[in-house]
Parts: sequence; structure tokens; C-alpha cells
Amino acid sequence: MALLELREESAGYNGETILHELNLTIVPGERIALVGESGAGKSTLLHLLYNRLGARAALMPQDSALVQALTVFHNVYMGRLHERSVWRNLRNLVLPSRADVDEVRDVLAPLRLQDKIFSNVGQLSGGQYQRTALARALYHPGRVIVADEPVSSVDEHQAREILTTMNGEKETVLLAMHDRALAIEFADRIVGIRDGRIVLDEASNGMRPGDLDDLYRTTDP
Amino acid sequence: MMSRRDPSPLMRTTTGFLFVGFICLAFADIAVTTGDPWKEFSLLLEGLVTPDFYKTDSLALSLAYTMAFALLGVALANVIGFGLALIFHSRIVRVGCAFVRAIHELFWALIFLQLFGLSPLTGVLAITIPYAGIIAKVYAEILEEADRRPLAAVPVGTGRASTFLFVRLPDAWAHFRTYSMYRLECGLRSSAVLGFIGLPTLGFHLETAFKEGLYSEVSALLILFYLVIATMRVWMKKPLLPFYLIGAVAILPWSIAFSWAHITRFFTEDIIPHPIRAGGENMMTALGDWVSMLLYEQIWPGTIATVQLTMIALVVTGFLTLVFFPLISPLMLGRAARTGGHVFLVVVRSTPEYILAFVLLNLWGPSMLPAIVALSLHNAAIIGHLVGRFTETIQLRLDAVKGMNRYFYEVVPRIYRPMLALLFYRWEIIMRETAILGILGIATLGFYVDSAFADLRFDRALFLILITALLNICVDAISRTVRAKLRLQTSLEER
Repeated sequence: MALLELREESAGYNGETILHELNLTIVPGERIALVGESGAGKSTLLHLLYNRLGARAALMPQDSALVQALTVFHNVYMGRLHERSVWRNLRNLVLPSRADVDEVRDVLAPLRLQDKIFSNVGQLSGGQYQRTALARALYHPGRVIVADEPVSSVDEHQAREILTTMNGEKETVLLAMHDRALAIEFADRIVGIRDGRIVLDEASNGMRPGDLDDLYRTTDP
Repeated sequence: MMSRRDPSPLMRTTTGFLFVGFICLAFADIAVTTGDPWKEFSLLLEGLVTPDFYKTDSLALSLAYTMAFALLGVALANVIGFGLALIFHSRIVRVGCAFVRAIHELFWALIFLQLFGLSPLTGVLAITIPYAGIIAKVYAEILEEADRRPLAAVPVGTGRASTFLFVRLPDAWAHFRTYSMYRLECGLRSSAVLGFIGLPTLGFHLETAFKEGLYSEVSALLILFYLVIATMRVWMKKPLLPFYLIGAVAILPWSIAFSWAHITRFFTEDIIPHPIRAGGENMMTALGDWVSMLLYEQIWPGTIATVQLTMIALVVTGFLTLVFFPLISPLMLGRAARTGGHVFLVVVRSTPEYILAFVLLNLWGPSMLPAIVALSLHNAAIIGHLVGRFTETIQLRLDAVKGMNRYFYEVVPRIYRPMLALLFYRWEIIMRETAILGILGIATLGFYVDSAFADLRFDRALFLILITALLNICVDAISRTVRAKLRLQTSLEER
């Protein structure tokens, strides 16, 4: 049973078509990386998938998009805003309840952020910031994670930690990545996009970064 | 070959405003009419340096009332303004807010005085209503400018209220707090000035002391007032706010009663234009005569004087700003001299322009001069402070010239745009103040409003206030167009 199926799908915004006649089937448990040049349509496809999945998916947007004025706890708690009543949300905004703090702390512990739980996100380092964004997506109850360049602003060591945690905690992983080596290492299926079309859709097994060069080669003679 | 000069839009606008300013000045009455203004001035100066704090009970109480009105008025305006900011996308709310804030606190106070007499309600509402309109607009802009990126990460199916609480409110909250502090400072000034129409605040005692020539008492009142404003960041702490509000409610003399019959009559009879109230066959003709009489005898001369005074004050404010900002600019002065500059600017901008104008009017006699000087000093101190702070962010290269060359070649060209933005932003505020200075006897629209209230012709008073509001809304619109055309922007902290 497929999690999601796109058939001859086109998408874009402001009347401009960016994705052309896509066919894509995703089954639960897959770890898919979208690769391609910037501007090829990776983000557009990722958002199309996220919109179809609805509350089944947690989103990690490109710039992490944490709320600067709030603490790590509040930003992570946001992963379940939709499951709680407005009153509980308001209460936690003003005075976090012990039960919810414990829940969030459990998510933060493996990411080495439990000490930072009541820090303002503005005070975090780049890696901690990115891990907080991941914690928010992990706290979201959805079994799918949709992540747009989740490791673009951290070093390789932190990138591996984030991708490993993501793979371990969520059933289905949909990524947009510009780092080809990491994409091949952490995804089991590579979807290559060029000029808004899927031009490659293969298992990552045995693939090497050089095999993806065609996606980045210019068409000009 | 000679190349033709092509002035930038910025220079053309400046020249245009200078031209208008000078034309207005040419037709303005700026004569000093008192016999010996300098003798009175030296007496005043003597009083100012020998403050008399011994009339402590009346001093303390008037200061407490001033703070009570400001705290209650601003707190209430904050709550209402925040609520309105949430529905600011509605056209009715936007227009309503623009309208209530186009009417100055003192005009609101004059209206409420007819309804509630000298009850504290008059003072609180006079601050709350226009401030709610201002706060609604500013808070709506703050919410508009809040970081929207986190919205993407909110789980699908989250309600609007929760999304607002977690994504839009937190970033805006810090700005709300900063802005509330600024509003409280304005509120203290407004509250002090309300004393001039009879409420028991600072202005009331100031007017009395001044009329009796007790300049040492005037000095004590002003010094205490500056202290309250200068130490605001020390005494205004969030946990203390509830106590302040309860205290404010407790000390105000609420016992003063007002009659509902009176209030009903005000709305159903008093403010209806006289010819309509009289009715009869010739009502339309009489109404036409009534309107044209007001138009020719009051609105037209009042508007001319208001616009004239506003334009002169705007240009003089610009000049004075260029003089004031170097006083606190690290590019121009050393640390010690700047401290003096800060004290000077704090004192000048903390003195409400109404009080400045009142003092100068007593020294120089009735003409436009006291109003021009008061408006320009006060506004130039505010803009000069902001421009001076702005120069702290400018990095000059190490070999930059010094002295006047630095001022004209390095500094003024860099601050000119932000300074014009602030000037145009305050244009409407200067106009609102200009109208109100009429109450002191300068023939702007406020003069006619005040006379109408004094004659108990409330229909005329309300009609004239409406005209004043329209004039302010027009200037606000022109100012916005000019700022948009020249791409002049002010940051949130400067509004």
C-alpha cells in the first residue's frame, strides 16, 4: 500500500509551472533523497509532498524556522500544537507543565540538548539550533519527516548525527539534499530532478557521487 | 561644455519645503509684545535655579495624579489597542483608529469634560482613546513584520489561536514592551498637560504657580517631572505593574459624580448643529448659513494659521535637529561633552511642547513666535536624539576629516535621509500639536474649538474638532506619499 502516489502531476506558483508531469510513488519505510541543482524544483516537490501528507508528516523547513523569542522547550513543543487544546497551549506558553517538559526532555536527551531546554533559541550555536529544529520534527507524532536541506548549515560530523537520528526515529524520510555523498549514504532511494522533471529514480545501493554528475551538467554546448 | 544641474528628488523636496516654510514665515506674526521680556525671563531663570521643594504635599499629590492618569490610560489603551490590532485588517477598524488618533488628547479631554466633569474618567479616557488608536496601528505593523518563516513548520491542523500564540506573538512581544514604555512616557507628558484644562495633574499646579510668579515652585514641579520620566526604566518593572494600577485606581478621586441625564442631553441635543435642533421650515437654509459662517469666520482662518504654523515649525525643527544631534554624536564630541548633550536633550524632549509654549507665551506675549519655538525645540530634541543615536552605528575611516569638514562632508550626508524620514513622520504630530496650541490663544483651530467650548456651543466645537481631525488625516496621507516617493523609512523603535 503506497503512502503517496503522484500521477502526471504538475505544480508551481504564481501561474508559473515549475514541476512538469511527475510520476512518483512512495511506500512507507522508504528513505528518499531529492537531489539536483538549486532551482531545479526540489523544494517545490518537497512542499507538494508535504501538502499531500498533511498531519501525517513533520516538516523541517530549509532555514529551520525556529521562533527566535521562545525557548528550546517551546519550539519543540510546537511539534504537537495541533494535538493540544488552545488552553493547554496557552498554559504551556506562560508556564510549562511538568508532564510536557518531561516529554520534551525525552526528545532532547538523545540530541544532547536537555541542558538547553529553557535556553532561548537565539543563544544556541548553529548545530544546537539545527538539532532543535530536528527535535521539533521528532516530537511531531507523524511517522513521516519531510526535511528541506536539514544539514546545509552544520559540519559533517553534526550532519551525520542529525541524519542518523532522523533515520532511526521516523519511519519514512523524505529529504532534499545538495550533498551527494551524504544523500547516497543515508537514503536508500535517490530521485534526481532537473528543470522540474524527474530524470533519475534509482536505489542508492552501489551508487557513487560521480554517477549524479549528469544532473548538474549544463545543457549549453 | 557645462553640464546641467539635476537636483536629486531629496534636494528638490527639501527646497520645496524650505520655500513653503519661508513663505509662511513671511506672513507670520512673530512680534514680541510684552514690555520687558528679558526682565521676566531673568526672574524665571532665577526661579529655575532655586527650586522650592517645600510645598511637598501639593507637589507629591499632583505628581501622583499625573502618574495615575498616565498608567491607567496607557494600560487600558494597550489592552484595547492590542485587541484592535488583531482585527486591524478590517477597514472599519483602520478608519476608526485613524480618526480617533487624529484628535488630540486635549480635545478629547475637552469633550469628556462636558460629559463627566472633572471625574477621573475624563482624564483616563482622554488618554486611552487616542492612544488605543495609535497603539492598534503600531501593534498591527509589528505583527505584520514578525518573522513568518516558522509558520511553515507548524503542524497541519493546528488552530489559528495556537498558531498565533506560538508563532506570531512571541517575536512581537518584545517590541510591544519597548513600545509600551515609550507610550507611557508620552502618557506622562499628556497627563501633565491635562492639568491645564482643570484636572488635578502637574499642569494645573504649574499654571497656577506660573500665573502667581512662583517660579521656584515651577522649577520644583518640572525637576520632579523630569526625574519621574528619566527614572522610568527603574521604577517601571513588570511585577510591580499590578500594584501601580491598583494604586492608581485607589488614589484618584472617583467620588466626583456625573449625571446620566446630562450625558444623554449632550449626545441628543448639545452636539446637534443648532439649526437642525431648532428645526422649522427654513432649516436647510439656516444650516447652510451656519456652515458657511463657521467656514468663513473660523475654519478658514483657523486652518490657514494651523498649516502656516505647522510648516514653519517643521522647517525650523529640521534646522534645530542639525544643531542638536551633534551634541550626543560620538562622531562629533567627546564623552564628557556628550553627557551634557544627553541631559539637555532629555530635558527639552521631556518638557511637553504645550508647557514650553505656555511659558514662552507668558514671556513674549501672544504671537506665533512662542508656538514656533516650543514646537521646534521639543520635536528637534526628539529627532536629534534619534539621529544622534543613529550616528553611533556609522563607522568613519581612520583618516576622515575633523571638525566642521567632518560634519558637512561625512556626517550630514549620511544622516540626511533618516532625518528627513523622521521629520516627515512627525509632520502630522506637529500639526496635531499646532492645533492644540490654539487653546493658549494662538489663532489656530484649537483657539476656535476652545472658544466654542467656553461659549457652551458644543455643536460648533464638535464640528471644528472634526475639521481638525480631517486636516490631520490629510497631512498624514501626504506625509506617507512623500515618504513612499522618496523611499524614506523609519524603524519600529522610532514611531
